[in-house]
Amino acid sequence: MIQFNPADLATMLPELFLLGATCAILLIDLFLKPTQRDVTHWLSLAALVATGVLVWRDAPAQGASIAAFNGMFLRDGVATVLKVFVLLTTGLVFLYSRDYLRGRKLFVGEFYLLLLFATLGMMLLVSAGNLVTVYLGLELLTLSSYALVALNRDSAVSSEAAIKYFVLGALASGLLLYGMSMIYGATGTLDLAKIHAIADFSANSPHRMLLAFGLVFLVVGSAFKLGAAPFHMWLPDVYQGAPTAVTLFVGSASKIAAFGMTWRLLDGAMGGMHVHWTQMLGVLAVLSLAIGNVFAIAQTNLKRMLAYSTISHVGFLLLGFVNGSASGYAAAMFYVISYALMAAVAFGMIMLLARAGFEAEEIDDFKGLNQRNPWYAGVMAIAMFSLAGVPPLFGFFAKLMVLKAVIDAGQMWLAIVAIVFAIIGLYYYLRVVKVMYFDEPHDATALELPRDRGFRWVLSLNGLALLALGVAWGPLLDWCDRAFAVAALIPR
Amino acid sequence: MHLPHLLSLLIWLPVLGAIAVLAFGRQANTARWLALLTAIATFLLSIPLWMNYVPAIPGMQFVEKLAWIPALDANYALGVDGIAIALIVLTTFTSVLVILGAWGPIEERVSQYMAAMLALEGLLVGVFAATDALLFYVFFEGMLIPMFILIGIWGGPRRVYATLKFFIYTFLGSIFMLVGLIYLHMKTGEFSLDAFAHASLGAKEQAWLFFAFLIAFAIKVPMWPVHTWLPDAHVEAPTGGSVILAAIMLKVGGYGFVRFSLPITPDASQEYAWVVIAMSLIAVVYIGYVALVQEDMKKLVAYSSIAHMGFVTLGIFVALALVRVNANPVGARLAIQGAMVQMISHGFVSGAMFSCIGVMYDRLHTRMIKDYGGIVNVMPWFAAFMVLFAMANCGLPGTSGFVGEFMVILAAFQDSPLIAAVAAFTLIIGAAYTLWLVKRVVFGEVGNDKVAKMKDLDAREWIVLGAFAAGVLAVGVYPKPLTDLMEPAVQQLVQQLSLAKM
Repeated sequence: MIQFNPADLATMLPELFLLGATCAILLIDLFLKPTQRDVTHWLSLAALVATGVLVWRDAPAQGASIAAFNGMFLRDGVATVLKVFVLLTTGLVFLYSRDYLRGRKLFVGEFYLLLLFATLGMMLLVSAGNLVTVYLGLELLTLSSYALVALNRDSAVSSEAAIKYFVLGALASGLLLYGMSMIYGATGTLDLAKIHAIADFSANSPHRMLLAFGLVFLVVGSAFKLGAAPFHMWLPDVYQGAPTAVTLFVGSASKIAAFGMTWRLLDGAMGGMHVHWTQMLGVLAVLSLAIGNVFAIAQTNLKRMLAYSTISHVGFLLLGFVNGSASGYAAAMFYVISYALMAAVAFGMIMLLARAGFEAEEIDDFKGLNQRNPWYAGVMAIAMFSLAGVPPLFGFFAKLMVLKAVIDAGQMWLAIVAIVFAIIGLYYYLRVVKVMYFDEPHDATALELPRDRGFRWVLSLNGLALLALGVAWGPLLDWCDRAFAVAALIPR
Repeated sequence: MHLPHLLSLLIWLPVLGAIAVLAFGRQANTARWLALLTAIATFLLSIPLWMNYVPAIPGMQFVEKLAWIPALDANYALGVDGIAIALIVLTTFTSVLVILGAWGPIEERVSQYMAAMLALEGLLVGVFAATDALLFYVFFEGMLIPMFILIGIWGGPRRVYATLKFFIYTFLGSIFMLVGLIYLHMKTGEFSLDAFAHASLGAKEQAWLFFAFLIAFAIKVPMWPVHTWLPDAHVEAPTGGSVILAAIMLKVGGYGFVRFSLPITPDASQEYAWVVIAMSLIAVVYIGYVALVQEDMKKLVAYSSIAHMGFVTLGIFVALALVRVNANPVGARLAIQGAMVQMISHGFVSGAMFSCIGVMYDRLHTRMIKDYGGIVNVMPWFAAFMVLFAMANCGLPGTSGFVGEFMVILAAFQDSPLIAAVAAFTLIIGAAYTLWLVKRVVFGEVGNDKVAKMKDLDAREWIVLGAFAAGVLAVGVYPKPLTDLMEPAVQQLVQQLSLAKM
């Protein structure tokens, strides 16, 4: 009954291409001298661009969802949008990290290959139509990430972070698998759409308890991967311990993929039970907002502060789910994209300031940046104001759309909680601006910029994009809206 | 001459000027001239706004509308009525003087200072010109960023505390308004203020919305008891920052009441008018007493600003009682008109007072009253200006301060003689703290050797104070052009108020 249809290969052409390209780069990298590592760098970027072109070219028409391999793999609007931004942010990681890695003797082929495999995992994850594919994509992503965090193997902090990440990540994967097995037990299928159709959660259903437990485990697993409180313990240590280049990746691209997974699992498979999981997510969201924002205030390490800020942003992201409707998911997707772009600037700035033997990861390292280099101080200020959600920057409109989704759902109190914590959050972002603009620098010499001109240009563009998208965010919002409008039309 | 897109030009010209100043302003003088020219050009462009405004046409004029976010039906929609025009011209006028005033005192990072000022000007014009709630909100919040930077970089010793407090306090207020706006969007499906004003809302909804708006605008005005950010911000801000803050930013609060609270939630506004009136009266009397005991000149003027802005909110909300309870639309018009005139007048007077303090501060680098004394002996011209502005601050007839306060008290009397009596009390307290300040700073024997060495105004300071003086006297002696400009908008507002929404 399971038949192989060669046409299915064409459906996942971008993924197959990326796989082939990654394997080719793996081989090529073997024969390169360390001085020729730039070849790997450019080849990896080229692979991402080409994959992006394929994703874009093969984007399904509005309203269409193309399934391959008996529904294991879906190509729909949501997958397309998420893949484009996963590829984009991964590309930013490559562009921002080269000088940083070189300065730390980490400029090795493994970084590129692991990232490419992680990217492949993310693409699979956001396209998954089956619990097995979800797990496959997730493990490809997280196993690569564990190794990436430990990339700087001589650093005790890095290794500790990697171990923590691995142990807790494995636990989360286990929880997720356990939940999947329960759902399989209750429904007899692994296909997300079929689970959606079969799962019976009515009061007299014999599988009610089993499904409820399965759902809880799925929510917990997703929350682990997103870093939502109270499953956030790994996040600050990993952010701080990992090389900043890897932190950038974990903080941006993988959050987009985690959003995709959460949506596929909760709405795709368990959509019939959204009354229940929206409540759970509401609790997680409030906890994340509270813990993230309050703990971030106490941090002096910028990476750690951004880690806690991530937790609070995940809280906001989850609020988009509370609506349980297409417009809410679109708002959440809009939010996660905006967050990834903002985080890219913030971590990019940390790498810009870092030099061989010096990590610019303390907030104090940004002291007086405005006197040393007004342009990049401005870029960082844009990122901070945007993360804080001050108009006219991109971050504000992302918050606006999520708040709108929450209010449309009639959950006024959640909206109030969210804005109260947003005000608390404002303080620590402003503190970074304060340090850059109002404090005197340790040494007033002009900032020594990295040689990589491409990095500087793209980082500047990334910062300006936050401003530009604050003015013209309509098209992106439209794109997100259309992606979900399509998905809602699929007969289940 | 009728320029197309005049309002957009007025918003974006200063913003573009700010970018140009940042890009080409390495040399301090280049930055100064570039900023001054931009500000003057913007001011000149704002004059046709007044000249070409046709009072006979009701509603918004110079309308511009571009689709911004079709999915939300949010538009880049601009338009002005008489009230907005008066405030925009005040903004562009004050900005020129502020940039001129910063010519000497600001020596560090001149280009950034000038750019922040110009950006602030553009955003303020945007606040007064926006007819789309989302656009309004973006300008309303966006202007916090340049002000944050202005106070934080060029401010006094406790500037970081003051600027953080300023930012977080005002952000706190406005974000509740955002929730209200999203709610209104849910009800109407669009963001236009006009649609909001016509939305039918129940009593409970109106009450929630009213308080959401009240938090936002009361903090901005600021009203007692949410005024505590203002003295700190004023004391620590550089002179230019204080002038913009007092002369224009506070007006955004008053403007918000007129644009949002009254038309969108008239019934709740009526029901809770007593809250606002009580808060205003407390501001007028209690804050007046607080001003009396200040030893820091800037703090004194800051508190006097709060007291004077109390008249604005008093006038706006007394109008509700007049039109609804007493069925007295003429009195209501007088009250709102008075509040608006008071806003403009306070713009001139407080801007001038802060400029005067700036002039003294540039010479002695202290704002303490006790460090001065007998300035009239060494700076006769300055003393003349200072006394004029002080008189305007007490509301002496013939100065602008008198007109607005008199109109508001007159209108309040028609509602309740008691309210009028309490409000009129300010004339005494105001005279007390202002004249006592003048007595201690300007008159008497020369206070100390440092004062003896102070030089009188230079040409640049002359222009700044002279321009403020012209404004104060013009509005004081012949306010008719100003009231004529605002009359149609006020009439329309009173008309709207007389209709219940429920």
